[in-house]
Amino acid sequence: MNQTTFQPIAARPAPVNTEGPIAWVKNNLLADWKTTFATLLIGGVLLWLVPPLLNWAVIKAVWVPDYDACRAEGVGACWGVIAEKYRIIIFGRYPFDEQWRPLVATVLLTGLLVASCMRMFWKVWLPLLWVVVLGIFFALMYGNTMGLTQVDTDRWGGLPLTILLASLSLVMSFPLALLIALGRRSNLPAIRSFCTIYVELIRGVPLISVLFMASFMFPLFMPPGVKIDVLVRVLVGITLFAAAYSAEVIRGGLQAVPKGQVEAAATLGLSYWQTQRKIVLPQALAMVVPGIMNNFISTFKDTSLVTIVSLYELTGAMSLALNSDANWRPFTIEGYIFIALIYFVFCFSMSRYSHWVETQVNKSKLR
Amino acid sequence: MTSRTPPKKNNWSWRSQAFRGLIYQVIAIAAIAGVVWFLAHNTLVNMRTRGIQSGFDFLTQPAGFDIGESLYPFDSAQPYWQAFLVGVTNTLRVAVLGIILATLLGTLLGVGRFSRNALVRGVCLSYVEFFRNIPVLLQLLMWYVMLTEVLPAAADAWVVGPFFLSKGGLNFPIPVWGTGQLWAAYGLLPGLLLGWAYRRWSVSQFEATGQPRSMVVLPLMIVLLASVAGWALGGAPTDFNRPVKGDFSIENGGALTPEFLAVLMGLTLYTAAFIAEVVRGGIASVARGQGEAASALGLSQNQEMRLVMLPQALRVIIPPLTNQYLNLTKNSSLAVAIGYPDVVSIANTALNQTGRAVECISLVMLVYLTTSLGTSLLMNWYNSRAAIKER
Repeated sequence: MNQTTFQPIAARPAPVNTEGPIAWVKNNLLADWKTTFATLLIGGVLLWLVPPLLNWAVIKAVWVPDYDACRAEGVGACWGVIAEKYRIIIFGRYPFDEQWRPLVATVLLTGLLVASCMRMFWKVWLPLLWVVVLGIFFALMYGNTMGLTQVDTDRWGGLPLTILLASLSLVMSFPLALLIALGRRSNLPAIRSFCTIYVELIRGVPLISVLFMASFMFPLFMPPGVKIDVLVRVLVGITLFAAAYSAEVIRGGLQAVPKGQVEAAATLGLSYWQTQRKIVLPQALAMVVPGIMNNFISTFKDTSLVTIVSLYELTGAMSLALNSDANWRPFTIEGYIFIALIYFVFCFSMSRYSHWVETQVNKSKLR
Repeated sequence: MTSRTPPKKNNWSWRSQAFRGLIYQVIAIAAIAGVVWFLAHNTLVNMRTRGIQSGFDFLTQPAGFDIGESLYPFDSAQPYWQAFLVGVTNTLRVAVLGIILATLLGTLLGVGRFSRNALVRGVCLSYVEFFRNIPVLLQLLMWYVMLTEVLPAAADAWVVGPFFLSKGGLNFPIPVWGTGQLWAAYGLLPGLLLGWAYRRWSVSQFEATGQPRSMVVLPLMIVLLASVAGWALGGAPTDFNRPVKGDFSIENGGALTPEFLAVLMGLTLYTAAFIAEVVRGGIASVARGQGEAASALGLSQNQEMRLVMLPQALRVIIPPLTNQYLNLTKNSSLAVAIGYPDVVSIANTALNQTGRAVECISLVMLVYLTTSLGTSLLMNWYNSRAAIKER
């Protein structure tokens, strides 16, 4: 045996960088020829689209409310139209000097909506707070109390009306939806079939036909001499419509509660309503929060349809503001972009919230 | 120890569940019947006092209004029911086209969310978030304004090959209908039969021997070849009715109005965002091990997607996809806001002319209910085929 001397094997190469910005670009943009091609293609399209858009929207845009400047050759977007008309766009036909009232009312209602989204406020007094805030909202908007002048509902408009329609129909449709969802799962055939027919009927027709019904047929339904405000009629229409959709979401939650829970409750001797209240609903409702939130987002977007039955919420107020003024009418696109941004901010934040709730709910399941 | 016998079941005692259930149901039916009677009674009284006529007899009277666009000729002397029919075909036309386009775009966007390319993922994500958070009505209005105000007048329309785009809409060439086209249709029929038969044969061969055979491309080629052969037999006509620029408008050729384009674009782009989310959710729901197992078995990436991932994802995708199709159809009713003569807009005109609110609105609801229930029946049937076969 000859003596062996220690001979180190060659060192391995340093590991390929898998972190850091350069590695990220390598993995996500230039991985193989297909990815690289897609990167080049999309990058090219973006380079072709974005600079002219920026040019139009920011660099060459006119920011002062001067329609002559907006009409000059070669200028971009005319944001002056917003500077000029934002009060009408946001508050509709509400009397100009009184517009602090819808502002305060909207801030209150939005604050309550945000608070209702937080777990720490899910207390017994929350529904009570809703009643109080809605009372203040109507008192502020309608007036005729505490020295405020009366403003009829046909002058309400803009963002306050949008938020009012969306949140009130959500609040009012929830109990109705709960009953319908329970009814669809009941084992009493008459009640079950009635609830099924209601849900399928409403979900089968577009909201616009329900709104037409509220505005044209509803007056015929009432006893002679009874007149109901158009805002209330539309609100009832949207509520009945939203209830059918929420009922389906809640039914999904009810179905997801394991059968053993109900059987255990029956073993303990709980009655039907005790079982629902103490066992089924707490579990089901926690699961349906994201679904209800999604419904709320669609209702929020759907309120734009009431402009078709001549209520001037955000979309209607925008058309009202520009159509009545020939000087500014050519800049409708800018107006639409402005309200689209408002809708986007509301809907996007709500959808982020619903996403967050979903992960929270799933987290508890993953234990 | 005395064992307590259970109390005798007395079905009609006040405390039995069945009896109380019956009482509840009787009360519920009575309440609903009462409300319906109350509303109907009020309606009849109101109609009598206001002198409103009722009934569907107006449907046979001449409509007295023209319709901007329809698939077949319509003039104001024709009765209301034909006007309604034009509205229904217009609604279906925009809905069917919209469903096809939205499905294609939505699937691309949904699959794009799984791309390895960060740019593709980013574009798909921003598209979805942008388009689904803005009301569809607003999008329709925006497209309409852009199509009618930003585009040039017909006299200096944008020209791309034989296509013209202007304030007047989109004009495009259409083939002149002749015997050649008829022959192509004749060729299509045996082509379809042959292609179908070949596909069946190749599937059975594959199942018997395991040799993969072309099951999509070749049958499609057979269909195509047969119709081309028919077209060639008919003398291979290549006549096109091309649009030409007139003084004030673009004449000849096929045309799509800006109203139709705005509704179609708005509905397609909006619904595609939702479909993309549905598709993404469906693919994400397939367990990761499935894909890994497929590649372990040596399936190619294409086969893995087609044979393993998609069949499982489809089960999750189909029910919400049906909902999106129905939503698109229902949202087509917003066409009334920009003057596209869909069924709602026709009903609205008829309502204003005749004052028969109840009849017109019920007709609209009937149309949508029929399409909704029809679509969901169809999709339920398909869904039951795609669902897991459980014991």
